[in-house]
Amino acid sequence: MSGFDTIIEGVLLGGVYALFALGLSLIFGIMRLVNLAHGDLILLAAYLVLSATTALGLPLAAASLLAVAVMFVLGFVLQRLVLERVLGDDILPPLLVTFGLSIVIQNGLLLGYGADSRRLQAGAFESSSVTLAPGLSVGLAPLTALVTAIAAVTLLQLIFYRTSLGRAFRATADNPAIAQLMGVNERNVYAIAVGLSLAVSVIAAVVFGIRASFDPSIGPARLLYAFEAVIIGGLGSLWGTLAGGIVLGLAQAIGGRINPEWQILAGHLTFLAVLMVRPRGLFPARRT
Amino acid sequence: MSVESIDMPASREQRTVEAPVWQVRVGTRLSRVAAVAGIVLVAVLAALPAFASRNLIQDLIFVLTMLTLAQLWNVLAGWGGLVSVGQQAFVGLGAYALFAGIVMAGLDPVAAIPLAGLFAAVIAAVLGPLLFRLEGPYFAIGSWVAAEALRLICAQFKSLGGGTGMSISPSELSQMFGLKAVQALLGLRPAAARDVLVYWLALLLAVLVTLGIYAFMRSRHGLALAASRDNAAAARSVGVRTGRIRHVLWIAVAFATGMVGAVVYLQKARISPDAAFSVTDWTAYVIFIVVIGGVRTIEGPMVGVLLLWGLVTYLAQYGSLYLVVLGTLAILIMLFMPRGVWGAAARRWQMQLFPTQRWLGRSR
Repeated sequence: MSGFDTIIEGVLLGGVYALFALGLSLIFGIMRLVNLAHGDLILLAAYLVLSATTALGLPLAAASLLAVAVMFVLGFVLQRLVLERVLGDDILPPLLVTFGLSIVIQNGLLLGYGADSRRLQAGAFESSSVTLAPGLSVGLAPLTALVTAIAAVTLLQLIFYRTSLGRAFRATADNPAIAQLMGVNERNVYAIAVGLSLAVSVIAAVVFGIRASFDPSIGPARLLYAFEAVIIGGLGSLWGTLAGGIVLGLAQAIGGRINPEWQILAGHLTFLAVLMVRPRGLFPARRT
Repeated sequence: MSVESIDMPASREQRTVEAPVWQVRVGTRLSRVAAVAGIVLVAVLAALPAFASRNLIQDLIFVLTMLTLAQLWNVLAGWGGLVSVGQQAFVGLGAYALFAGIVMAGLDPVAAIPLAGLFAAVIAAVLGPLLFRLEGPYFAIGSWVAAEALRLICAQFKSLGGGTGMSISPSELSQMFGLKAVQALLGLRPAAARDVLVYWLALLLAVLVTLGIYAFMRSRHGLALAASRDNAAAARSVGVRTGRIRHVLWIAVAFATGMVGAVVYLQKARISPDAAFSVTDWTAYVIFIVVIGGVRTIEGPMVGVLLLWGLVTYLAQYGSLYLVVLGTLAILIMLFMPRGVWGAAARRWQMQLFPTQRWLGRSR
């Protein structure tokens, strides 16, 4: 059963990676911005939820909702005050600004919270498990992560293809100038996209923070996993990103089963292998 | 520099057609003064170990190696458009190749330095075609992933200390090429003499890399590189082989970065995967130096590294706060002074010490 367990573990881990990746994928898709601070913003969200539960004494769900609101506003303001000024044909300025932001957030968290490992407390939920079939039980928390990831992709797909906001997103992604002629406020669309990306990151942070302990230094690794999931899955497809996350989770689980030191390395090597064999990803969007 | 003539229609004054009317110029009078001043400065720096304290020499090793890394990143990302966040990969590979050369192959440390660069270049040549499949900004994270993978692979080598790293004992370095000569020349003990030797190597690398980049950017290849970044399709249409020039640049930068890594770790004499492949030490600082000093100028990294050195002296004791300040400064500069401190000054006072731009002027 050990092999089967590894596969289940990998698939469930993939749910978390997909959640990391959604926010990154979202703003790259809409505004061609690669946010190098994405991983550290996930960590910032995790610490926000942590503070809301410990300092304010809120239950986890309420703390998460509060963090979603705070991070959405933060994303909106970040785009309006900072990122907007550096977006353009030159790819260097936005990369450097988000990289600077990554270093600032990471070290700011280190100053504020110290280097100790933390964890979000979810009570009995953390350790309980459900039995899917005789002899096969999975932890409730990892299962929730995967279900949440599927729900998040479904919700984002609905926003993208069933709402006027989604239409504005798609139009701006295709051609910002013409979208603006049609009455789309490009500045608002971008700011909402960044806000939405950070709001999704809160979900990723909560799901991750219940499962594993975190400290301020692990942000960049979250960025790399998110990125690998996006590229393995194929650019421009949210379901592809989910699949990419699961492939990455599987690679890490299998690598870790062979030798615990190889867990992360196996993920990176799988990414490089996909880049070699299928540079457009395993499930690219059907676009020219 | 090359002088290109443009045929002008016969003018009213019946100008003689043979003499070129327009000239493409790069140098200025100031740049010739700067060249002389640069030679004097390098001579002074070379003679410095004769009277400077060991602390200053160690500080200058830091300044010179960071300057070299900054120049290399500037040419790669600034001029070449290959915005890599994974240059720590080549510092780490160079450092590990040096240690492997000394410990496993019994090479002389000084001889192992170019071999370390070569090793980094070979890995870059293998990784390049893979990473170049990632468009523009995605290349940045891709290079970071590659660096992380290489860090984890280096941690697998138990004979090089595995995940915790290893040290080289001073006795192993005491037979190093040139060490006895430096000891005799300056009357120093082996540890201090090793610092001086490393300092000279760092100075040599900094001068060669800076001159190499300067010459490259003033050559037609430099123009071709800038054209590939600005508009790849247009550059190809006038015969620039954009893919090849970027690949060659990527490998050359990795070669030099690997040598810098080897020089840095020859002085430290202690290595670990986390330190040698540190994104903060070998990429974040380097990026901040270039951004604060000024992207796409030769002078920018020089100004940036001096500012960083000043900040280190006052703020390094605060650790994380230091990085928060540096990061915030870099973001503010990017927002309000995108050409950096040097770029803004050069624009304000119309001066360039090491000009790489070409402009068209009437021939005298």
